[in-house]
Amino acid sequence: MDYYNLLTTCAFIHLLVSIPYAYSNYVENKAGQFFSSGHTNNWAVLVCTSRFWFNYRHVANTLSVYRSVKRLGIPDSHIVLMLADDMACNYRNPKPATVFSHKNMELNVYGDDVEVDYRGYEVTVENFLRVLTGRLPPSTPRSKRLLSDDRSNILIYLTGHGGNGFLKFQDSEEISNMELADAFEQMWQKRRYNELLFIIDTCQGASMYERFYSPNLMALASSQVGEDSLSHQPDLAIGVHLMDKYTFYLLEFLEEVHPASQANMNDLFKVCPQSQCVSTPGHRTDLFQRNPGSVLITDFFGSVRKVEITKDTINLTSSLKPLIQRSGSGDMQIESLTYVDQLPVAEIIHQKPKQKDWHPPDGFILGLWTLILLVFFQTYGIKHLKHIF
Amino acid sequence: FRLSSLIGHISTCPSLIGQCCQRHPGSVDEFQEELVIRPLHSGDIYASFQFRTLWDTDFLQEGQKVSHYRLFPKSLGQVLSKFSVRELHISFTQGFWRTMQWGQPFIPSPPGAELWVWFHDTVSDVDGNWKELTNVLSGIFCASLNFIDLTNTVQPSASFKPLGLGNATDHRFLRYATLPREIVCTENLTPWKKLLPCGSKAGLAVLLKSEKLFHSSFHSQAVHIRPVCQDEQCTSKAWELRQTLNVVFDLYTAGQGKKEWSLFKMFSRTLTEACPLATSSKVYVDITDNPELFELSPATPLLSQAVVLGDRRTYSVYDLSRAETFGQLRSLNLLLRWKGDGEMLRPLLHAERYVAGFGLQTGEIHTVIYNNHPYRAFPVLLMDSVPWYLQLYIHTLTVTSKSRDNKPSYIHYQPAKDRHRPHLLEMLIQLPPHSMTEVTVQFERALLKWTEYTPDPNHGFYVGSSVVSALVPSMVAMNTNFTQDQPLFSSFVPVKEESSYFVRVYTEPLLVNLPTPDFSMPYNVICLTCTVVAVGYGSFYNLLTRTFQVDEPSLPLAKRLANLIRRIRGVPLLT
Repeated sequence: MDYYNLLTTCAFIHLLVSIPYAYSNYVENKAGQFFSSGHTNNWAVLVCTSRFWFNYRHVANTLSVYRSVKRLGIPDSHIVLMLADDMACNYRNPKPATVFSHKNMELNVYGDDVEVDYRGYEVTVENFLRVLTGRLPPSTPRSKRLLSDDRSNILIYLTGHGGNGFLKFQDSEEISNMELADAFEQMWQKRRYNELLFIIDTCQGASMYERFYSPNLMALASSQVGEDSLSHQPDLAIGVHLMDKYTFYLLEFLEEVHPASQANMNDLFKVCPQSQCVSTPGHRTDLFQRNPGSVLITDFFGSVRKVEITKDTINLTSSLKPLIQRSGSGDMQIESLTYVDQLPVAEIIHQKPKQKDWHPPDGFILGLWTLILLVFFQTYGIKHLKHIF
Repeated sequence: FRLSSLIGHISTCPSLIGQCCQRHPGSVDEFQEELVIRPLHSGDIYASFQFRTLWDTDFLQEGQKVSHYRLFPKSLGQVLSKFSVRELHISFTQGFWRTMQWGQPFIPSPPGAELWVWFHDTVSDVDGNWKELTNVLSGIFCASLNFIDLTNTVQPSASFKPLGLGNATDHRFLRYATLPREIVCTENLTPWKKLLPCGSKAGLAVLLKSEKLFHSSFHSQAVHIRPVCQDEQCTSKAWELRQTLNVVFDLYTAGQGKKEWSLFKMFSRTLTEACPLATSSKVYVDITDNPELFELSPATPLLSQAVVLGDRRTYSVYDLSRAETFGQLRSLNLLLRWKGDGEMLRPLLHAERYVAGFGLQTGEIHTVIYNNHPYRAFPVLLMDSVPWYLQLYIHTLTVTSKSRDNKPSYIHYQPAKDRHRPHLLEMLIQLPPHSMTEVTVQFERALLKWTEYTPDPNHGFYVGSSVVSALVPSMVAMNTNFTQDQPLFSSFVPVKEESSYFVRVYTEPLLVNLPTPDFSMPYNVICLTCTVVAVGYGSFYNLLTRTFQVDEPSLPLAKRLANLIRRIRGVPLLT
């Protein structure tokens, strides 16, 4: 009996001990599942490369991806938005401060809370590559930098006019597919990304991802080599085409996605089949290590933050330092301060001319004087030097 | 013993309580907001928002690092302390202020972006600080201010004196730059609104909706930071941050032609509450020309008079901190219905600028300044900053008033250096009463290097506005006392004497076409040359240098097998 009791009590104690152990195992498994994708933060670089009013649709494309990405959780500080021209406040826009994606002005993708980091003439190939590789001048503000690390998932979206192997920036320069592939390799070598999703919506877009050779890259394009990407619908009030077909259907697909959705990349590859898009969208996954079916859309388009729960208490620092009171009257200036005279006419008229800093003579003057001296000494001989010294 | 110490403790308590009731410990800043609505005689309406944060601190005091920010935005505070800025004025404007139709604005600004900064005397490298400051501000305001560099920065020698406290004005510490091409849109308004203590959630800032604000004739948002007097005695300094937004709504684009305006029509919102962090939140409506001009509802008993821009104006005041302003519906929607047309007072000072001439070689810049005062003459300071690619010929500079030569009493000219600095011309001109003064200077257009052209060079190149600063004689005695109760719109520019007020007028920016090369020329030349070389010379070279051999035709299979056997046998082959 006693032995039996001992056994049952032992079993009971064992059970008691193992239940919390099993529970913590379960929690750890869940935690393991959370971190399976390997990334801890999300970045997005969205670029529109075309200028001029008739390229309204490229700006609308970029803004619709911006809108989806913000809606799914990536904050403005982690988005680098580059728009080569201003469509919203363009004088030709009949409804200022709006950029529409659907005709009859149904959806304003510009919104009321937009932050454009690079705009107008700043959108150049050089700036784009500098943003990607991180080699920016030291005075560049934080909002213009891609501060990603080796656990960042980056989404890169490019749209504009392109051709076989190049993408045109602002009607004056191009970026080639080799340059882009090299830039991604630089990013890989500097460990600036964990995984990268590259989407491009231009004519012959698939040529841009042909040359990639760095690991962990997945690419999507709106058309194959030799095919043109087409625009979707014009709006008769605005007078231009509003969106490109591929991004229009991509936007419709992303509107269905919410931060907790389990949609994966295979669904994204099916966006805009040839019946809708007229061109054949392509994708490339051979450089990507995970199976596309296990990659969630929100791994790139959203910013699902992982939360680590802790039971430790943290002591906050002691209260604020007491406000340093304005020192007593003994310290203050007795005389009162005054405002400056805005247009002191008498003072201006009698202003002494500014002393210019003296600079040594410039190259040309120096050369001229050297020539004159040389000719002088050649003509008159060196013995005349004694007249000078 | 214990009881006495307890009593002593209790007696000190009220004084402590009294102290903390007066001021929240750690907060020495206050916030005021105000909206002024001025109906214009053409039926348009001018709305001017001013948000002022006053902070009693000294960023640059040794050993005291400011780390607790309450109402003053931290991004701007850090900028001020890092770059030793004494005064900062930045404005973003879309549209041009039409002085002849709209009068004088409360806070003038030129089209595009304008930035002028006074640095402290302790700064050793002003240019380096200026460059970094423009980059930081371009990140804060989402604007391309990083295009401000030495080629468009000038150092005015007499204009742009500090608007804040101070005595020493060494112009070596002043930098001024303008970007006339800069676009203003929602992406500039968004960070500007985020600097406000209440954001755009409460108070007057709820009216700032971009779809209505940018659908207007004129939109200007600005940030002005300067040191001001803390109190009447003016013994210590406080930092003042003013965020101003001026907008003129057009009768026909936004008003649909009906001469009737309301807050809802202008902003698509009504006011529901004041900002809880504001010490004062008021709306002023200019009713000086009433009751002939328009009818205002809801009526308010509060009236205020202020002398602003040389004129005494009467305002109806709506105090948003009082609950009865909002009435039964808990929302305030002002309604202005026009009744008749009024006579507009002609502004006393007005300036225009245009380019004359034809062709892409030379041209002439004409600046015309009007003095509309019937009998008083006054001096104006004209500042022109022209980019280096318009090469000015200063020997052709003429200043004429009433068709006679008018010699300026002060001229400061700094010539441009190609690709290094722009031209700077400052002149103090005495304007005779009721006259038109014309300043002309000829220029020649330069040919830029092909990489210096913008992607759309046929649009033209912008030349920034000229600035005309003047002390205009005032019809009404101006108020020289500094009091805290003055409305914000009348206390922006410090008034030193009663008989005149300071005004700054900006002219139009110029758009000049530079001779543009044909950018497709190198491509065309390479294609043509290579084709000619390949076809013409290449074939000739081949004919001369290649040796020709007779080529055996290939044999059928049977003959090839026979040849194989013949080779083994050592017998001559078939052909």
